[in-house]
Amino acid sequence: MSGPSTYKPNSSLERWIDARLPLPRLLHDTVHTFPTPKNLNIWYTFGGILAFCLGVQIVTGIVLAMHYVANANLAFDSVEAIMRDVNYGWLIRYMHANGASMFFLAVYIHMFRGLYYGSYKAPRELIWIIGVLIYLLMMATAFFGYVLPWGQMSFWGATVITNLFSAIPVVGSHIATWLWGDFAVGDATLNRFFSLHYLLPFIIAGVVVLHIWALHVPGNNNPLGIDVKSPQDTVPFHPYYTVKDAFYLLLFVIFFAAFVFYAPDFFGNPDNYQPANPLVTPPDIVPEWYLLPFYAMLRSIPNKLLGVIVMGGAIVTLVFLPWLDTSRVRSCRFRPLMKQFFWGFVVACVLLGYCGSQSVDAVKFGIPMVWVARVASLYYYAFFWLILPIVGLIETPKKLPASIAQSVLGDNAAQPAE
Amino acid sequence: MAATISDAGTRRDFLYVASGAVGAVGVATAAWPFIDQMNPTTAALALASTEVDLTTVQPGQQVIVKWRGHPLFVRRRTPVEIEAAKAVDVNLLPDPLANNGNLPGGADSGPATDANRATKPEWLILIGVCTHLGCTPTVSTPQIPEGDYGGWLCHCHGSMYDTAGRIRKGPAPRNLEVPPYTFLSDTRIKVG
Repeated sequence: MSGPSTYKPNSSLERWIDARLPLPRLLHDTVHTFPTPKNLNIWYTFGGILAFCLGVQIVTGIVLAMHYVANANLAFDSVEAIMRDVNYGWLIRYMHANGASMFFLAVYIHMFRGLYYGSYKAPRELIWIIGVLIYLLMMATAFFGYVLPWGQMSFWGATVITNLFSAIPVVGSHIATWLWGDFAVGDATLNRFFSLHYLLPFIIAGVVVLHIWALHVPGNNNPLGIDVKSPQDTVPFHPYYTVKDAFYLLLFVIFFAAFVFYAPDFFGNPDNYQPANPLVTPPDIVPEWYLLPFYAMLRSIPNKLLGVIVMGGAIVTLVFLPWLDTSRVRSCRFRPLMKQFFWGFVVACVLLGYCGSQSVDAVKFGIPMVWVARVASLYYYAFFWLILPIVGLIETPKKLPASIAQSVLGDNAAQPAE
Repeated sequence: MAATISDAGTRRDFLYVASGAVGAVGVATAAWPFIDQMNPTTAALALASTEVDLTTVQPGQQVIVKWRGHPLFVRRRTPVEIEAAKAVDVNLLPDPLANNGNLPGGADSGPATDANRATKPEWLILIGVCTHLGCTPTVSTPQIPEGDYGGWLCHCHGSMYDTAGRIRKGPAPRNLEVPPYTFLSDTRIKVG
């Protein structure tokens, strides 16, 4: 779909710029005339929403860094000063804190959408893999950011996560010490985490450019999962999708604002309003909600090294997804069997998240939650390594429509779309 | 050009390999300071030691003091707790090694018997860092039991330790570490 450029400079100035730095041409071809399948639904608006989220985090983060002090003795008080003394500091911090949750909510919808419509399949493998990389960078950034307020959850979350590296045989404890810059999480750790928390969003922005670049080579997948066959299957990105993205972005911002203004601590943990105390661990250590499924996997394995491997492997597995799915049909709309396994996968992820939020020995309805987490972890792995390869071979997909235009317009497909 | 082509390698090949090798060593050498700066500073490395006064600690009680950034458990065990620790068959423990910095042959040079865990049976001195992921375990008392073995329970991921600080159940791989310490008198110890 990245065909020849249709950009026509309209003035001598535009011609002058185009011959020297063809940036207007690039923008014209990528956000104006870019041919986009005409059947994209609401779930395809989350790419734009994610770009917005990254922008919000960077802008609010730069402002917060003007008032924050990365020092173990001052960090907690500086955050309180932002909340109480800095003009609109409360608003900017709540935007940043809830913005992280919104960012992850949007990225999970974005990922499940890709999974459902088979957007990771050839020729879009690299888009998916770059996306997994962005997801990893997001988790690292969020983790570093959560440490900065230097509350009890900050401190003990940092302790637990950095101790994951100590599970590595022989060199593990040296790696942990190297990460801490001390023999425990402390001032040195806080300073380097602040430095990295400021750096990584810009790395993410760079990788997002690669993500979009890779997307613009084959063009968008679509809910039918079939290739664009003629110009009739597409509409220009502007105004069709700029308007659609903007509309759903507004709805998303209303949802976002509802949390910022009416439930700003909904996603937070009250323990983090206690200053960090290296001598007392809070009774229940819980990570932020977006990391809970992986945390549940870690806890469900009664062996330190194996637990860390299972947790890390759950993310590494995503990289191999394009080659684990053996079906040639992309969209689950035409895969009656895979559709059911897909929803099973969603349920497994939600269950894992729930188990991760409960204490380690919790029992609900007579069922130990640790066993629920074990079964759900097993399903998570089986989904990728067994179900996807096998179902692709044995499933009879439904009949695919001849083209996007025919599916959208029915028998009128022969007529021009506009 | 009458240059001779030889399989033995030319001066140009030599220059390629030599500059590549110098470049690789140079990159590695330049990278090391940027990696090593993350390690603890000399100030952090300067070994700090702490003295603890034992007179205020009652039998069955544990006090926590800070040592090198970590909580240090000082527990005065009751005879019942000592007997319970001695009665355990070391061979059945998940971690049968002592993990005691006071042993002359190294921390793991002996089995995890109670004698190898506490210099004086009444006083159990431990680094209060769960060997799983670093949380501080909660002490168990007869009034408020924590875990199944009368020692400690780590609330983060459910590791249970006995009255000698040995791992009995849960994901932690090692017994709680015993730091090097000496009795300055009957009522005073120096840790580190």
